[in-house]
Amino acid sequence: MSADPAHKVSGAHDAHNEIEMPHASMRDYVIGFVLSVILTAIPFWLVMERPFSAGATAAIIMVFAAVQIVVHMVFFLHMTPKAEGGWSLTSLVFTVIVVVIMLAGSLWVMHHLNTNMMPPMHDTSQLP
Amino acid sequence: MSAKTITAAAEPVQFYDLDEHAHPEGHSTMLGFWIYLMSDCLIFAILFACFAVLGGSYAAGPSPKDLFDLPLVALNTAMLLFSSITYGFAVLQMQQGKVKGTQLWLAITGLFGLAFLGIELYEFHHLIEIGATPQRSAFLSSFFTLVGTHGLHVTFGIIWLVVLMVQLGKHGLIAANKRRVMCLSMFWHFLDVVWIGVFTIVYLMGVLR
Repeated sequence: MSADPAHKVSGAHDAHNEIEMPHASMRDYVIGFVLSVILTAIPFWLVMERPFSAGATAAIIMVFAAVQIVVHMVFFLHMTPKAEGGWSLTSLVFTVIVVVIMLAGSLWVMHHLNTNMMPPMHDTSQLP
Repeated sequence: MSAKTITAAAEPVQFYDLDEHAHPEGHSTMLGFWIYLMSDCLIFAILFACFAVLGGSYAAGPSPKDLFDLPLVALNTAMLLFSSITYGFAVLQMQQGKVKGTQLWLAITGLFGLAFLGIELYEFHHLIEIGATPQRSAFLSSFFTLVGTHGLHVTFGIIWLVVLMVQLGKHGLIAANKRRVMCLSMFWHFLDVVWIGVFTIVYLMGVLR
């Protein structure tokens, strides 16, 4: 009875279920948290205190946001190139490509529409 | 040696598999959920694109500089970040097979999530009270849509969290519940990733503009 093939299959079941989970460790979460706090605190401080010009500050906080997104992906979402046989990373790369095309395209097209097709108006940002 | 060659030659070589493999229940759930998150990412990308295009159209109304209170946003960000690491502790407790510990950390995560929502609702209420409603300008329409959609995701995340705690209490750490904990973990950390974009592009860049 113990040699029943159905038993073997259900045994393989459990083994399979155990290995499919990404393994998380305390070390990962603590490193991710500390990095996130630093990468969040610095942009807020830069914008509140303004040690640099607006353009430089904007560039720096965008870089910090990009780095923090990678930190979250690696330490909290446990992304590795090998997760799910590489399909997680593949779908992520595809999504990033679509997002970049959409964001860059929207901004580019709408910027040109605004600058080339708008009648000259008074500067609204100067109004109270 | 020769006997081996003969048996190998006698059996036709199969390049296809006639036997069905055993697919354990939920073996592809994690990848499927990840693909759902990627599609959710596209929703947020569209809303970010909307905000990037319309974020400067104030219609002579208030600008981000007049409206946003950065210390409050920093507090909000801290709440979400704390909830991320407490969710991590729940996952660690789950890996050690402790049901009570998992539930406890999930509950703490839920409280941080509620604090985040409370602060966000307070901010929205304040904005609407002073007349900065979604109808006021294209900037405010896109602001409320983007930040509101994120807040709605957090709301559903908290509902899921409560349901998961009940399921853990009823069935314990069975394979299905472990899978659910990991799926909600992805959802919760994903919302934190989206929030990085929100506080950087909407709040910080808005105040800089």
